[in-house]
Amino acid sequence: MSEDVDALRARHLAELAAAQTLEAVEAVRVAALGRAGTVTALLRALGRMPAGERLAAAPRVQALREELSAAIEARRRTLAAEALALRLEAERMDMSLPVPPEPQGSIHPISRVMDELAEIFADLGFAVAEGPEIEDDWHNFTALNIPPEHPARAMHDTFYLAGDPPGRVLRTHTSPVQIRTMTGGRPPIRIIAPGRVYRSDSDATHTPMFHQVEGLVIDRDTHMGHLKWTLETFVKAFFGVDDVVLRLRPSFFPFTEPSVEVDVGCSWEGGRLQVGGAASWLEILGAGMVHPRVLANCGLDPAEWQGFAFGCGIDRLAMLKYGMTDLRAFFDADLRWLRHHGFRALDVPTLSGGMAP
Amino acid sequence: MKVPLSWLRRYLETDADAAAIADALTRLGLEVEGIANPAERLAPFTIARVLTAERHPQADRLQVLTVDAGIGEAVQVVCGAPNARAGLVGVFAPPGTHVPGIDLTLKVSSIRGVESRGMMCSARELELGDDHEGIIELPEDAPVGAAYARWAGLDDPVIEVAVTPNRADCMGIFGIARDLAAARLGRLVAPEVPTLAPAFPCPVPIAIEDAEGCPAFFARALRGVRNGPSPQWLKDLLTRAGLRPVSALVDVTNYMSLGFGRPLHVYDIARLRGGLTARRARPGETLLALNGRTYALDESMCVIADEAAVHDIGGIMGGMDSGVSEETTDVLVEAAWFSPARIGATGRALGIVSDARARFERGVDPAFVGPGLDLAVAMMQALCGGEVSEAACVGAPPALDRVIRFAPETTARLSGLDVPAAEQREILARLGFAVDGDLAGDWAVRVPSWRRDVEGPADLVEEVVRLVGLDRVAAVPLPREPGVAKPVATPAQMQERRVRRALAARGLDEAVTWSFIAEAEAERFGGAAHRLVNPLSAELAVMRPSLLPGLLAAARRNMARGERSVRLFELGRRYLAEGERPTAGLLLAGDAEPRHWKTGKARPADAFDAKAAALAALAAAGAPVERLATRQPGPAWYHPGRSAELVLGKAVLAAFGELHPALAGDVGAVAAAELFLDAVPASRGKRPPYRPSPLMPVRRDFAFLVPETLPAEALLRAVAGADRALVAEVELFDRFTGPGVPEGQVSLAIGVTLQPRERTLAEADLAALAEAVEAAAAKLGAVLRG
Repeated sequence: MSEDVDALRARHLAELAAAQTLEAVEAVRVAALGRAGTVTALLRALGRMPAGERLAAAPRVQALREELSAAIEARRRTLAAEALALRLEAERMDMSLPVPPEPQGSIHPISRVMDELAEIFADLGFAVAEGPEIEDDWHNFTALNIPPEHPARAMHDTFYLAGDPPGRVLRTHTSPVQIRTMTGGRPPIRIIAPGRVYRSDSDATHTPMFHQVEGLVIDRDTHMGHLKWTLETFVKAFFGVDDVVLRLRPSFFPFTEPSVEVDVGCSWEGGRLQVGGAASWLEILGAGMVHPRVLANCGLDPAEWQGFAFGCGIDRLAMLKYGMTDLRAFFDADLRWLRHHGFRALDVPTLSGGMAP
Repeated sequence: MKVPLSWLRRYLETDADAAAIADALTRLGLEVEGIANPAERLAPFTIARVLTAERHPQADRLQVLTVDAGIGEAVQVVCGAPNARAGLVGVFAPPGTHVPGIDLTLKVSSIRGVESRGMMCSARELELGDDHEGIIELPEDAPVGAAYARWAGLDDPVIEVAVTPNRADCMGIFGIARDLAAARLGRLVAPEVPTLAPAFPCPVPIAIEDAEGCPAFFARALRGVRNGPSPQWLKDLLTRAGLRPVSALVDVTNYMSLGFGRPLHVYDIARLRGGLTARRARPGETLLALNGRTYALDESMCVIADEAAVHDIGGIMGGMDSGVSEETTDVLVEAAWFSPARIGATGRALGIVSDARARFERGVDPAFVGPGLDLAVAMMQALCGGEVSEAACVGAPPALDRVIRFAPETTARLSGLDVPAAEQREILARLGFAVDGDLAGDWAVRVPSWRRDVEGPADLVEEVVRLVGLDRVAAVPLPREPGVAKPVATPAQMQERRVRRALAARGLDEAVTWSFIAEAEAERFGGAAHRLVNPLSAELAVMRPSLLPGLLAAARRNMARGERSVRLFELGRRYLAEGERPTAGLLLAGDAEPRHWKTGKARPADAFDAKAAALAALAAAGAPVERLATRQPGPAWYHPGRSAELVLGKAVLAAFGELHPALAGDVGAVAAAELFLDAVPASRGKRPPYRPSPLMPVRRDFAFLVPETLPAEALLRAVAGADRALVAEVELFDRFTGPGVPEGQVSLAIGVTLQPRERTLAEADLAALAEAVEAAAAKLGAVLRG
């Protein structure tokens, strides 16, 4: 019996080692453990043995059965793994093949800057206001203390619209939104108003359509010191520079009094603009205290309410910050330019992420 | 305005140099656009004497000069000037010099075989005048070898000042000196108005008919004048200020205009017929003006005319016929006050920009009409001789009788800058304001005649602050609400941001195109509701009724540059008769998918690409896209068979499709869409509670034969409606025509996902559902395929 067991083990293990296919392994299993298998026969023979003998033989036969089962399973796994490896080898592909291109898409620099403005000024409590681009004469001029004989109304600056009602213009600035905001609600007011504006002008630095942002703060005691702080705070955040020096120069706008032009200190190292310091000055915006007549035109008592307004070219801000040189390219939709100067969809300016992409 | 430092110093005693003055001007609000000193530009040019002049051996018109430029040895120069001759003292430029008038840097060169080591210069080459007939001739005793510009007194910095429209008073150099003196940069030297000794009554009667356009008309005559060239000092001043000297009489009027902001006009009395009247022009009247152009005048314009003709467009430009010449002996000098508004209107109507208009339009000092006239006449008499007449004065300039009630604390209230009342009063006095009142109380501030721009307390604050210095205004933080800043974006603004980012994330590039387009373009896209009266060009003439023409033009430009795939979008307004509508436009041209080893041939953009982008953007805008219906076809500018609108109830949210081939033209297949953002209903925003079913979903497929004309959407909707509680999802996974499908029909295969919620579905449930689906489809003429 013991010789049978050892011999069977050796024989079947040798058969297994020789089996190169799953079918061959199965044949070994059937030969050993099948209903008519050699080991099955041994197990059956155990039942016919006297009790004493059986006690001695049974563990050895059982051990053989388990050993062969395990070996068969192991051989099966090995062969399966080898087969899989072979198949996978056959499935090999050139992983250096290029993937289909996915168009990137881009956000226009003007939209980017508008989002930056909205984000910065939201933190200072400014809402974003809007108004029509086809304006009436009163909102665009008269209410802003620009009398009918003012040269800015002349044909060479303003686009006029034909037809009814008469006196309609394409707004020449975002300032009429000031008027609409003040006539439409009560102070305190803090708004910015970005948008398209139009002037009959065209060269490398002027296009007949461009973008402005207007700012307006009306309260009981808002003064020029607040204006200066607001602009400083904005410029610091917008350009991401702490060392910002603003220079306010007296100037003239019909709708503010006193009026100022605001220069930002900068340098031109290597021909590239760097905001900060006071080596050179760059005019960036106009501002002032809202003219008492403008307040009165909007139904606000200048003795009770006062505040400041400012206006700034958005395209110009974009050019200064992002280094474009030709304004006309902003409106040409040249894909090369858009892809070069545009911003990725997920580059959203946030206070926590900063104003630089 | 060009302000030569030497001219400014005629009215301002100061030690300050040009840089200090420019700095002070900036602080005062008189913007300095630049400082130019001709002496710096002309530094290399020296005085030289021509020693010999011989004919060039190879060229009749050239001479070979030897020149003593004061450098020891004589220099050989080839020169083409007809006046070059031995003994002439002129201006020499050595090699290496940049000659501004011809924008050329000199090199040692060979001219027709003769070496030339520099150049003898004409006035035009030095940008000192128009003369290029010959080289500059200097006096015999001019120091050879010396720097020419310095010797010629050209070392005179010229400050270019941009005067804001409100500062009429600074349209004369004297006014700028007055502001600088108030800023303590020097002492103002006011001209002494002479007492004239009239020798005869004014021989030309003057009158005003248009008192509104010309409220004051003053004049004096001068007889027996000799009108020659002005003395050099006057010529120099005018030249440096950018004017061309003409003759003494004309130069004096220009001196008064630039020096004192007081334009004048001089008539040759011999050319006048009878008296002069300030009146409206009559229909058909014309004037040959001093600039050589003839202007047609109308009844809105104020002119000065004699009995026969118009001689002056009042306050804008004089006429050629009555202008003075060298033969003139008797002149009438006019000093008037014209209405600024009318000057502006007339100037704009005629398109004339003149020094006179610039001053009258801003408003000249009404108190300086008579004094200005007398100063000018005295100066003319000094230069040209002759006798002065009595003044003829008709009308009176509107006096500026303005007193402002001013509380000095207003300054701190508006500017945030606390300036002591005493200092404020002193500043105002320095600027010529008369202040009446105690330091403690309110003041009555009388505005000087030359400051008609100062109208109220805010203007006085500006005066005080600009003299104290805006740099002293300290930044003060705006009061801040406690806590984190509140959100301020409106729903419409948020919607716009989401649409923009959704489209960019889908690979579209954002463009910004003109709001105005060509009329013919607008016509193809529904027609323009708004037309510009004065467009820059026919290409930019009407307000766009659609964003697509601009995007299509952009696509065409890009394709012409060799782009194979254009994917553009724009967020902007359409300008319709009923208003400005926020819109997102998108346009896909060229390849939607490029050719690729994985996908094969390139696939051109089609209507479904546009539909997909439109739906994605609408979803981002918050539209309930699953409830949108497709209504075919879209507007006329699309392919009639391949376009549609996306509607929600009655509201049209978007249109999409392939552009009509007639519009797309050479761009080829173009797919586009427009989203009408203000039609998108406000998103409800609330999500239903999370309630996942514990039961497995079940999927069943159905294939129907339907009439070709049946919109697939109708079938999908009908199937979804067969059991709303059970059907979670319906998808069209196959569309087939061909063998086995009858003519005029199409096979649509639909997958239905059923989501049981209460209990597992039994066979009977599934059978009932299949029956319901078939019944719903049958109503549309759909037959289940066997």
